[in-house]
Amino acid sequence: MTRIAIDPVTRIEGHLRLEAEVDGGAVTDAWSSGTMFRGIELILRHRDPREAWIWAQRICGVCTTVHALASVRAVEDALGIEVPDNARLIRNLIAGIQQVQDHVIHFYHLHALDWVDVTGALKADPAKTAQLAQSISDWPNSSPGHFKAVQDRVKALVDSGQLSLFTSGYWGHPAYQLPPEADLMAVAHYIEALDWQRDVIRVHAVLGGKNPHPQTYLVGGMATSMDPNEPDATINLERIAFIAERFRTARAFVEQVYVPDVLAVAGFYPEWFGVGEGLGNFMVYGDGPAGSLKNPSTFFIPRGIVLNRDLSTVNPLDQQKVAEYVTHSWYDYGSGDQSSKHPWQGETNPRYSGPRPPYDFLNTDQKYSWLKAPRYDNQPMEVGPLARTLVAYASGKPRVKDLVDAVLAKLNAKPEALFSTLGRVAARAIETQVMVEQLDNWLNELTDNLGHGKLQVHDGRLWDPDSWPKQAEGFGWHEAPRGSLGHWVQIEDKKISNYQAVVPSTWNAGPRDANGQRGAYEAALIKTPVADPERPLELLRTVHSFDPCLACAVHVVDPRKRKLAEVQVL
Amino acid sequence: MFQFDTDLPSALERRGISRRRFIGFCAAMTATLALPLRYAPRVQAALEGATRPILLWREFQDCAGNTESMLRSSHPAIADVVLELFSMDYHETIMAGAGKQAEDALQKVIRENKGQYIAVVEGSIPMAEGGVYCTIGGRTALDLAKELCTNAAATIAVGACAWDGGLVRGAPNPTGAVGVQEAVPGIKVVNLGGCPHNAANTAAVLVHYLTFKELPALDEYGRPLFAYGDIIHDQCERRAHYDAGQFVEEWGDEGHRKGWCLYKMGCKGPQATYNCPRVGWNDGTSWPVKAGHGCIACASPRFWDTMTPFYNRLPGVPGFGVDVTAGEIGLGITAATAAAFGAHGVASAVRAKLRPADAAEKERVGVPAELESPVDLSVPVQEATGTPTPDDGRDA
Repeated sequence: MTRIAIDPVTRIEGHLRLEAEVDGGAVTDAWSSGTMFRGIELILRHRDPREAWIWAQRICGVCTTVHALASVRAVEDALGIEVPDNARLIRNLIAGIQQVQDHVIHFYHLHALDWVDVTGALKADPAKTAQLAQSISDWPNSSPGHFKAVQDRVKALVDSGQLSLFTSGYWGHPAYQLPPEADLMAVAHYIEALDWQRDVIRVHAVLGGKNPHPQTYLVGGMATSMDPNEPDATINLERIAFIAERFRTARAFVEQVYVPDVLAVAGFYPEWFGVGEGLGNFMVYGDGPAGSLKNPSTFFIPRGIVLNRDLSTVNPLDQQKVAEYVTHSWYDYGSGDQSSKHPWQGETNPRYSGPRPPYDFLNTDQKYSWLKAPRYDNQPMEVGPLARTLVAYASGKPRVKDLVDAVLAKLNAKPEALFSTLGRVAARAIETQVMVEQLDNWLNELTDNLGHGKLQVHDGRLWDPDSWPKQAEGFGWHEAPRGSLGHWVQIEDKKISNYQAVVPSTWNAGPRDANGQRGAYEAALIKTPVADPERPLELLRTVHSFDPCLACAVHVVDPRKRKLAEVQVL
Repeated sequence: MFQFDTDLPSALERRGISRRRFIGFCAAMTATLALPLRYAPRVQAALEGATRPILLWREFQDCAGNTESMLRSSHPAIADVVLELFSMDYHETIMAGAGKQAEDALQKVIRENKGQYIAVVEGSIPMAEGGVYCTIGGRTALDLAKELCTNAAATIAVGACAWDGGLVRGAPNPTGAVGVQEAVPGIKVVNLGGCPHNAANTAAVLVHYLTFKELPALDEYGRPLFAYGDIIHDQCERRAHYDAGQFVEEWGDEGHRKGWCLYKMGCKGPQATYNCPRVGWNDGTSWPVKAGHGCIACASPRFWDTMTPFYNRLPGVPGFGVDVTAGEIGLGITAATAAAFGAHGVASAVRAKLRPADAAEKERVGVPAELESPVDLSVPVQEATGTPTPDDGRDA
């Protein structure tokens, strides 16, 4: 039995630590720990609810904008505001292109190097690489000369002795199984994706001034004025054309590079459809409204829960059944650490009880993470692309069903194969394809409104805080790239009196609960093979398949229970 | 200086980047630095001689927004930054390695390149409770920052959090967060404030360092004057509407559709310094005011507490003119804003934390101690040897 720790887990957002016990070449138990804490909800207390989104957006800069959207929805829910149709569409567009861009970045820049040996690319034959690339896609950058130039670029890097980002990879690890030509193709697309991601997200700059952290939301709508006849309106026909062009670029890359690459890489690692199974429970809040948020039946991404891998039933969702444990988290509950609490009743008293740094290992029998352990109806849930794909599949959403069946047929796999490390990777690619197809529809709706003089972007009737009730509370949900995100806000005397966020990576990366039930990462890591405990590449594959985002996950503080006097401010 | 192993123009040539494009890049860098175009050949000459300095990028209490912003860099493209211009030997969010292997490799780079690499810090550093609010590899952020920054040629603090604690330091600052210059006093720091930093400016600082062998001229907060020396309001494309008395009165109204001034909607442009209107974001596509929302002064000191509530109108702006300098904005007016908002905002919490003795002194001159730059950051990395600085080279 060997105890190993990976800290930092890299190519993620934030600071994640994994500890695992390895016996007989496989993981027998695992613990997931968030090692950074900021306390943003406490900082939000007493502030203007209309600007909460600007603060909350900074919970994460990788899944930028998702917390802004959840935040304005929470405040609007509290005040009973329905946003104008244009605001609904612009929000769908911003969130949609975010998901597309984020998933492509995840595959190439955060995940691919778990499957692709960069040094393998040096041994590739550029002509054969071109053959491989042309056999799976009609992407134009697939000539032998193109791949030769990329190979030369990698060679120059290696020859210089300065490997830059590739300095400390697990190169030559026996778990790398791609032929050199596939390595070279993937490296070429890694570089192309770097250029692509910065271009397509210029949509956020048009609609929000910048990315990351676009600055464009308003409680009650959006700050993006619309006018077909004004050159200085945020949205006019010229800007629509600019956005449409970016969507074309986005779709071409997804269809011709990303999706074919995922299928190609997955084809070389079929055994990874049997690793990383995880909890088997999947939860989706749903998003992409065609009308009011109060009518989830119109959502582009359907809401629901799949339990115990049973795709015959989609269970309804009741937010009252969400609760969080701190049994193994560095917080105290007044009612005892064995109890759980709904976000409205939640309390969080940060109380670090781990080893004093520097340390080698955590005491995982006790508390070991800054993440809480959220549970639905007392059960742990996986959220994210796989959950969304499964719920949509089980709900009979035609496009998702077609794509899932096509991918499974291509990989000669059964639906159970989706409950795996590569299942998450494939599901992410499938939902990216579905979303990139949808973007044009929302943009066309917006253009129609623009053409018909329907220009309202904001409902200002409740902009003045003097028009608000003395007390109000609400919640806002959003399907962020990494999964179901919820913000809860309570307002008193025009100020925030309580703010709570329960986020995707808390669901996935959280620790054990009072009943000893593992979180999603911890469950998925069990039985993961480990060829070399000194270089645990395989663990990274499974945990990266979730696309961890730890800055999002660790920030929960209940302001009502926190005593400021206990905090030593330097 | 750095170890040279291959030169930039050759590296670019090899992958088909023409000399013409390279010269264009040099011209763009010169413009970002606010140097007269006659300095373009000098920038070019410096880049031609330069090879790949090492960048070691550490993240602490961050959201990775500054990392993402760097990934959006267009001039130079981010692929060029990490493959040809620099050797980014450590960066938690995008490097290949992980765990002990990555930390060991970093130790080796620091040991073997002491005083020669550039440290980049993103995120604040928690000082409370012995630093348990942020650990990496079992070590505290403070421990890691000291090791990284004290051995560096210079440190670049990217974003508001690394500069002055940023959002994480927002009242009541639950984790005792501070910026790197306070956590590790005495190091050479360039503060690239902003939430996030604009990668165009970060690239320009690096190129300036390569060109002139010193950091660019800095203001009293250690921010480069070329990026933070001018008031947003004075560069704003909506300024003419302000002067003409044309204001947005309600979101989405006629004025909003015509691109009128956002001052009445809470825009902080008149008291903010940054170069957003000039360089734009995301390859110059836009910036927040152009896109229709007011400026939140995200590059101003402690803006989360001093510039909030964001939707309240700035006090005392009418009569404000172009003759006020950015330096005065940075100190006096920021303090005035904090005081004005403090009566009904969170800034009162910040002011309440002033040390009693200092507080009395600062009240008199109107500068909250919390807003003062704690160390003198105006010292260049090396003695200037007759090389021009952006200040004296600037067209009047």
